[in-house]
Amino acid sequence: MDKNNLELKAKEIRYHTMDAIGTLGVGHIGGCLSVADVLSVLYFGGHMNIDPKNPKMEGRDRFVMSKGHAGPALYATLALKGFFPMDWLQTLNQPETLLPSHCDMNRTPGVDMTAGSLGQGISCAVGIAKGSKIKKDNATIYCIIGDGEAQEGQVWEASMAAAQFKLDNLVVFLDLNKYQIGGAVDEIMSLLDPVAKWESFGFNVQKVDGHDVAAISAAVDNAKKAKGSNKPSMIILDTVKGKGVSFVEATPATNHNMNVSAEQKAQALKELA
Amino acid sequence: MKEMRAIFASRLAEWMRKDERIAVVDADLARANGTMGLREEFPERALDVGVAEQNMASVAAGLASYGFIPFISSFTPFASRRICDQLAISVCYAKQNVKIVGSDPGISAEYNGGTHMSVEDIGVLRSLPNLMIFEPVDAIQLEQGVDAVIAHDGPVYIRMFRKALENLYPDDYKLDLFKADCLKPGLDVAIFASGIMVREALKAADLLAAEGINAEVINVHTIKPLDEETILASAKKCGCVVAAENHNIIGGLGSAVAELLSGTYPVPVKRVGIQDHFGEVAKMPYLMEKYKMTAGDIVAAAKAAIQAK
Repeated sequence: MDKNNLELKAKEIRYHTMDAIGTLGVGHIGGCLSVADVLSVLYFGGHMNIDPKNPKMEGRDRFVMSKGHAGPALYATLALKGFFPMDWLQTLNQPETLLPSHCDMNRTPGVDMTAGSLGQGISCAVGIAKGSKIKKDNATIYCIIGDGEAQEGQVWEASMAAAQFKLDNLVVFLDLNKYQIGGAVDEIMSLLDPVAKWESFGFNVQKVDGHDVAAISAAVDNAKKAKGSNKPSMIILDTVKGKGVSFVEATPATNHNMNVSAEQKAQALKELA
Repeated sequence: MKEMRAIFASRLAEWMRKDERIAVVDADLARANGTMGLREEFPERALDVGVAEQNMASVAAGLASYGFIPFISSFTPFASRRICDQLAISVCYAKQNVKIVGSDPGISAEYNGGTHMSVEDIGVLRSLPNLMIFEPVDAIQLEQGVDAVIAHDGPVYIRMFRKALENLYPDDYKLDLFKADCLKPGLDVAIFASGIMVREALKAADLLAAEGINAEVINVHTIKPLDEETILASAKKCGCVVAAENHNIIGGLGSAVAELLSGTYPVPVKRVGIQDHFGEVAKMPYLMEKYKMTAGDIVAAAKAAIQAK
């Protein structure tokens, strides 16, 4: 694990996410910036068995962005990884684009599951992980859910099934950025203690600083070592919504989907350069 | 005479033996839908997510993305309105090859009553792009239907009567999922029927014949995509139409037929079915009388349609 490189890649993910959303002028910035570090770790930390030249490779590790609105951060990651040309990022949400705001497996190379209606992606990831178990191909299935998303009942249906099916090949991340569209998660519908919740649902739970690439990478290593434990993994990422861009970080309660002026785009890219 | 659910499960078992892609995901209704027995033989591929239909649908989509062909099953209301969004996004929008089995359609839910009596499932699902809707009328059509929906690459909703039914089709019948079946040719009025109403339509045709009215009866087993060619030709030949279904007259077969004809060949369309109300506990014969879904009601509708020509 090359910590400096992962930090650099995380910065590049943020840069290209802000560049793409800035070109459009509006987007789900807060929740994209909060997951840049985990995406860097997964895609550039040597954890995933994937091939950008063969995105549908049999037996590959898979990733489900259950909080589908963070598509732009995933697209920046996939472009940097070589799944498609970097200039595609400038087509974000333009007519006929292959990069829609919410992840679409039928449009974007490297996207393993469609998501956008919250709570469904983690269930799909459970199905994928079960599929891998049936085929015995030893793949690892990764999934990111949001903390606001965890208010969906389906997240808990999926979590019960993950434990019941003994999916120790499933690694779920909770992006605990503490804000949702309407404000603070704790004020709207608190998750109270997510560690205790997922432990009681039968997961191996770790909680790390979601912006510390070394800590995230170590947690992923631990999760992979837990294969054979018969328990799925939950890695709770303590994150800041809008991390890395000062004017976005300053407004966590309203940065879920925000406008970006040309001046703001320039400022963001300067901060991330 | 075997129950439809037993026919379904044994056909599925045959497929699971020869095709490792076939899987089943239940939501605690395996006993009701006949799929419980599959677990012994296929412990890895016959799953149960518990009472969590939404999870059932999305888990199946995940399995489908991994190359499986999962069948999910529940009672019709929970296989449609309860999981509408999961079917829309995880399955249809994501183009995942999931087969959805809804059992006990409409008034066939009998003693389970209003909560379980789907008057709306076709209406809910018919507006989802990429989804096929198939309602077999007997064991022969169901068996061939299982084969056909597996051969069809894409999501299909099978609206399955659960209990035993006399066979309507001969053994040498050949199902074409995309082609409605003309069961009795006629000239005076076209009766398009689905599910349990096909038998009523045939009875109605006999009653009409006794009065000198020559009715055509067509089993529209696939409600989406609608066999527009057959329906249009029949409507043109007869000049008026009755649609009969075990579903709300809003949103189901009658609506589909009216939508087609209004834009192509407008002729009088009378709809027989549940008249926009919920169901209630009772046996089917009682409900068919009460809800005006008998052969006699189809006869009355046919006469009204002819009069409106």
